[in-house]
Amino acid sequence: MIEMRLVSKRCGIINPLSIDDYQKADGYETFRKALARDKIKLIEEIEKSALRGRGGAGFPVHLKIMGLAKETGPVKYVICNADEGEPGNFKDRYLMENDPHAIIEGMLITAYMASATKGFIYIRGEYNHAYNTLEWAIAEARRLKLLGDAILDTEFSFDIELRSGGGSYVCGEEFALIESIEGKPGRTRVKPPFPTQKGLYGLPTLINNVETFATIPLIIKMGGKAYARIGTKSSTGTKLISLSGNVNEKGVFEIPFGVTIRQVIEELGHGVANGRKLKMVQLGGACGPIIPEYMLDMMIDFERFEEFESKTGAGAIIVIDDRFDIFDILMNVVGFFEHESCGKCTPCREGHQQLRIILQKFIDKTAGVKDLVSLESLARVMHQTSLCGLGQTSPTAIISTLRYFRDDYIDRMDSLIL
Amino acid sequence: MSLESILSKFTKAETNLLEILLQYQETKTDHAITEAEVGQIAAYLGVTETKVASVISFYTLLSMKPKGRYVIQVCKNIPCFVNEQTAITRTLEKILGIHAGETTANNLFTLEYTSCLGCCDNAPAMRIDGKIYANLTPDKVKAIISEYRGRSS
Repeated sequence: MIEMRLVSKRCGIINPLSIDDYQKADGYETFRKALARDKIKLIEEIEKSALRGRGGAGFPVHLKIMGLAKETGPVKYVICNADEGEPGNFKDRYLMENDPHAIIEGMLITAYMASATKGFIYIRGEYNHAYNTLEWAIAEARRLKLLGDAILDTEFSFDIELRSGGGSYVCGEEFALIESIEGKPGRTRVKPPFPTQKGLYGLPTLINNVETFATIPLIIKMGGKAYARIGTKSSTGTKLISLSGNVNEKGVFEIPFGVTIRQVIEELGHGVANGRKLKMVQLGGACGPIIPEYMLDMMIDFERFEEFESKTGAGAIIVIDDRFDIFDILMNVVGFFEHESCGKCTPCREGHQQLRIILQKFIDKTAGVKDLVSLESLARVMHQTSLCGLGQTSPTAIISTLRYFRDDYIDRMDSLIL
Repeated sequence: MSLESILSKFTKAETNLLEILLQYQETKTDHAITEAEVGQIAAYLGVTETKVASVISFYTLLSMKPKGRYVIQVCKNIPCFVNEQTAITRTLEKILGIHAGETTANNLFTLEYTSCLGCCDNAPAMRIDGKIYANLTPDKVKAIISEYRGRSS
């Protein structure tokens, strides 16, 4: 069995609405013990674990926590990014709906390590059930004095406020999310300064993904070194994978890094549905690369994925069978980003419209060599010059298909057109 | 709930704007905020009406255009798209007699697309007034719509 349920071990086992159930399963015990430990020592455990952010970008988590800890102001924020808008990802929803207290405990430990005073969980507006579950969990934690002033009669005070998104994909980007919490349209800011220096309301702010927070109590409990023994050298620990598309068994699965994509599709997903043939797999979500069947033996690992000039993403694997053409998929992806672009920077705002126009020529079989060249260079320009992750990663599907499915483009070209 | 009573729950801080808009729109059966209400919210927070309107137009879940009593949001992202979502949209368009982005003449339904609902493991999926319907088939869709039609008569 390739599954390894550590972060998700309580999901489906305990009643997510019962704080007693969570505590009986050792919940909040790690936090209680952490309160008596040295903050820097705790951060060192995260450093030893080599944990990287689980929201897509894979930034070393201890650096962010240390960055926030070093800031000296009286008010510091910890934000949980639960704006899981990347199509094909649903592992954060799974965690929020099935084990909400693990996220709260992770935020508490993080806040304690970095001496933060206030927390926010920003949940996308489409996730009503997750919102209600967390709202209840926060109230329960307050009732038991695990949130609020003088937590468990110590000097540590920390509370969490829930915020709902308004249906905007780009708000998953950290600065867009901060703008949104401030009540504004979610348009990103220029970095630096980074959020740990100047974030929400201009104050030091740490933002992590839901899964990252849920992993922190586990690391503190088992120790950073032990955690780092799981997975691969460049990617330690486990990862929640959202498996969807044309497979027999869809769902959220937790695996150690190093498992191959083929293993996930065949052993956990029980293969392509309806006995059809696999045409392509999109990794990470709409912003991820599209790869052919012969690349499925690739390991799930941060370093391997960087070959695509892209990150591991949040762990989505979308299987697409041979009824679909790459252009069906690309038009869908480009249409999505065209709608979700915030409009602040030119490459992203104008680029998606142009990508759509060029792709349409391939669909109509009226594309020439010039269009192929334009598509390639436009995708690169957007990747290199967009202000935030949206425009930087949205052309990944095009860049990767130009590499791995080049024949599909050539087949759609009119040889008489230059 | 009236706009006044929602406003009174919030301090006069600009940062409450999005929360106010989301909470207030939730109470409205036409899922939209009027120009007069934009003015009222702007005056309460001490911001310009343009500012309020810009937030409404930025967020997909907010609207100044009145919608039907029930807003049907169909997910069309890849995991749903490759799981027969187009058949679901076609069925809805046929039985409602409208296209995506339109409202039925009796103001009962608005049909629109939504980005991923996070139900990719039960694709295809749609959401009606916040309630998720997944593993859809054309027959299931027909039954759901008749149920909503029955509710309002």
